[in-house]
Amino acid sequence: MTEPPSPGPGSARSTLSHSVGEGGVRPSPALAREREGPVAQQREGEGAAALETRGLCKSFGALAVASEIDFRLEPGARHALIGPNGAGKTTFVNLVTGALSPSRGRVLLAGEDVTGLPEARRVKRGLARTFQINTLFRGLSVLENVALAIGERRGVAGELFRPAGRRSGVVEEAYAALERLGIAEDAARMVRELPYGRQRLVEIAVALGLEPKVLLLDEPAAGVPSAESGIIVETIESLPREIAVLIIEHDMELVFRIARRITVLVQGSVLIEGTPEEIAADPRVREVYLGERETA
Amino acid sequence: MTSLAEAPPAAIEALARRHRFRPSEALPWLVALLCFFAFPDYLALGTQVLISILFALSLDLILGYGGIVTLGQAAFFGVGAYTAGILAVHGWTEPLSGLVAAGAVAAVLGVVTGLILLRTEGLTLLMLTLVVAEMIREGANKASQWTGGADGLQGISISPIFGLFRFDLFRRTSYLYALAALFLAWLLVRAIVHSPFGRSLTGIRENVARMRAIGSPVLIRLVTAYGIAAALSGVAGALLTQTEQFVSLEVLSFARSGAVVIMLILGGAGRLYGAFVGVPLYMLAQDQLAEQFPIYWSTGIGLLLIAVSLGARGGVLDLWDAAARRWRRRA
Amino acid sequence: MNAALDSAVSIAFHGLAFAMVLYLVSVGLSITMGLMGFVNLAHGAFAALGGYVAITLMNEAQVPFPLALLVATLAGGALGVLLERTLYSRLYGSTELNQVLFTIGLIFVATAVARWLWGPLSQPLRPPSYLQGEFDLWFRSFPAYRSFLIVAGAVLVTLLWLGLERTRFGAQVRAAVDNRRMAQSVGINTSRLFTLTFALGSGLAALGGAVGADILALDPDYPLEHLVYFLIVVAVGGLGSIKGPFIAALALGTADIGFKYLLPQFGAFFIYAMTLAVLLWRPHGLFGRAR
Repeated sequence: MTEPPSPGPGSARSTLSHSVGEGGVRPSPALAREREGPVAQQREGEGAAALETRGLCKSFGALAVASEIDFRLEPGARHALIGPNGAGKTTFVNLVTGALSPSRGRVLLAGEDVTGLPEARRVKRGLARTFQINTLFRGLSVLENVALAIGERRGVAGELFRPAGRRSGVVEEAYAALERLGIAEDAARMVRELPYGRQRLVEIAVALGLEPKVLLLDEPAAGVPSAESGIIVETIESLPREIAVLIIEHDMELVFRIARRITVLVQGSVLIEGTPEEIAADPRVREVYLGERETA
Repeated sequence: MTSLAEAPPAAIEALARRHRFRPSEALPWLVALLCFFAFPDYLALGTQVLISILFALSLDLILGYGGIVTLGQAAFFGVGAYTAGILAVHGWTEPLSGLVAAGAVAAVLGVVTGLILLRTEGLTLLMLTLVVAEMIREGANKASQWTGGADGLQGISISPIFGLFRFDLFRRTSYLYALAALFLAWLLVRAIVHSPFGRSLTGIRENVARMRAIGSPVLIRLVTAYGIAAALSGVAGALLTQTEQFVSLEVLSFARSGAVVIMLILGGAGRLYGAFVGVPLYMLAQDQLAEQFPIYWSTGIGLLLIAVSLGARGGVLDLWDAAARRWRRRA
Repeated sequence: MNAALDSAVSIAFHGLAFAMVLYLVSVGLSITMGLMGFVNLAHGAFAALGGYVAITLMNEAQVPFPLALLVATLAGGALGVLLERTLYSRLYGSTELNQVLFTIGLIFVATAVARWLWGPLSQPLRPPSYLQGEFDLWFRSFPAYRSFLIVAGAVLVTLLWLGLERTRFGAQVRAAVDNRRMAQSVGINTSRLFTLTFALGSGLAALGGAVGADILALDPDYPLEHLVYFLIVVAVGGLGSIKGPFIAALALGTADIGFKYLLPQFGAFFIYAMTLAVLLWRPHGLFGRAR
């Protein structure tokens, strides 16, 4: 029975070299079982992808931050986007969500072209994201943060006169969402009072409150002390099956634990895409991360 | 899940009950009525205070809750004032419909300018609110056959309210008229602030990037709030015209835009009651001090603003809260 | 035809002089706003200070014009350093509203002090005799002082541009305006840079207020009266840009003078309308950049 590399207190953020150099990838048991299941058949590109980009490009003057990115995210996928710093991963997310407009190329959600749609409209079509740095309503309570998202999803957030109290069920649903993530005890606390790791969970709760079909997690474990990161990993592992998840991460352990496909982005272009085993074995990936040096 | 139906957690309860009326909320109205009976010689000043509270309340909606810093709110105040004045001069002297008309005109202006301006932010937005207000003032100055230009619009007479209550010299009718209008406006703003729309305004103020990322149509929300605030500002301006039976270019001035921002901030923005605290304090102090000691008044207000910006960000209400917390801890 | 040409030349000439004054006062505001992201509505107070200092020195103490200008500039810079170190720096990360409040408060105090020291009437600038009168050039004569304004302004602007392009200080300013965090991480002492830049900006403003007292009259309400114009120059030119506000100042200066000549009833309205149009087309100004 294969086991994941043992996480010690200091090694929560193991590097690719660690996994690569230690003799290959060891996916988690759950992941290994899943590989044979029906979801694997879906991977072969039947039907519309949950998210797709075609020839996505973005330049700032002479600086090209994204070049001809062709990307597919299947329904129910667990896909990771990795790459060295400055590779353009967050830029890619911004292009997909609509926070940034591309110089060229198209973005499609469930087969429909959304390239011209503003960010908020794409959210309505089932796209949700978390930010690399917590982007929450710091002066509001945890419950209210999630309630705002749920209210928007339900289309009641623009109501002018009914009190935002109990009647529409939004608050109940928000509380239930917090319970599912195990942070219900913090419901009434201001976000800014919470430790950073808990805030990261609230960030995920807000995104989940939108009941997305596509979820983009931008470095969900970033900045979280290793003692708190375990619960984030568990949360991501227990995300609903139907959601297509794209994770940007530097934490290779998290990546190999969760991802069934990995895309490597370098200087705004896709270097390679494949299963975790393929990626780990590819010498170009090793070179990108390690340069000319041999692994220890 | 069943636990929710039986005994909703405290967090949900708190959120659900937030909009309910509390006894302390009757206080401002009791005080206002008390002043009516206790200070019959000061009702002219009292009416002005009530009108300015309404003005500041409308500003609170977009500045305190929506986070839009504007130095041009007098544009809506003035447009409402002149609408009521021009209507009256041309024979439409019924006051209530004059108020409604003024509010409507100001609302239209608010929505139109909001759609244009609220796409920008920061200094650009601030500047544009200034520029639009100045443009309107210039326009009013030039259109003197309508507005009376620099001399102001005279010859305004207002019919009694409901045909019964004449606008008397002692301003008794004016005071109660303004108080009633303020009460209705307060009910409206209070309902909005506690509604999902109002909460989303707070969200936009707190983190607009997050609002977009949860699918909120930010521009539409802001323009709606801007339009409502403009309408209420317009009603305040119309009240001034109707109770003073005169309107001049001063209602469109930068001084008025700046003063209302100052009064609201001093009281505490985004708290619904900042206007009720800041406006009387400022106007009463101004009434007592500004004419006698103009230089000290200017210096004093300036230093106060500097102190507020450096220290007590939330104005008087914030200080009050801090004091209340300390008192509670000791008790 | 001759009359039209004459008018055009007059408008261009006076417009250029006005533009120089506007630019001198506003360029400091552009740099500090672009550098520190600080909405400084009180910037005009430094210009007023410079004007009052120069005029008082010349009228009361018979100080020669160049020396008075120098002292005025230094006074502006010194006050800038003082206020920046003690007050402004506390509000760098603060909300826009707080900064607006703070600077409005400063305007109130500055206005009150000016009224107390110099009274409510505007103080006229009496240029030295060698800059009075007119001088002949080609087909017409030009007022000497305004000509001096244009020439001196051009020299100062050139020095400023060269200074910011060629010196290390200038490079640091440009780097920090471009990307503050990056500048800090390469070791630029942003705190000291802010102070020096603020001093430069307020000093220039003081100089502009002093030489420009002929065009922008010096009275206690100066900071508030001309605030809109300074903001227009900066916003339309682009925050943090050096060249942008120059173009904006030229446009605003000639438009203002032009309208006063040709369509005095509508001048301000059209200028505001044009500002609105430009800012809607380019919210970051003509040469500004999204931050």
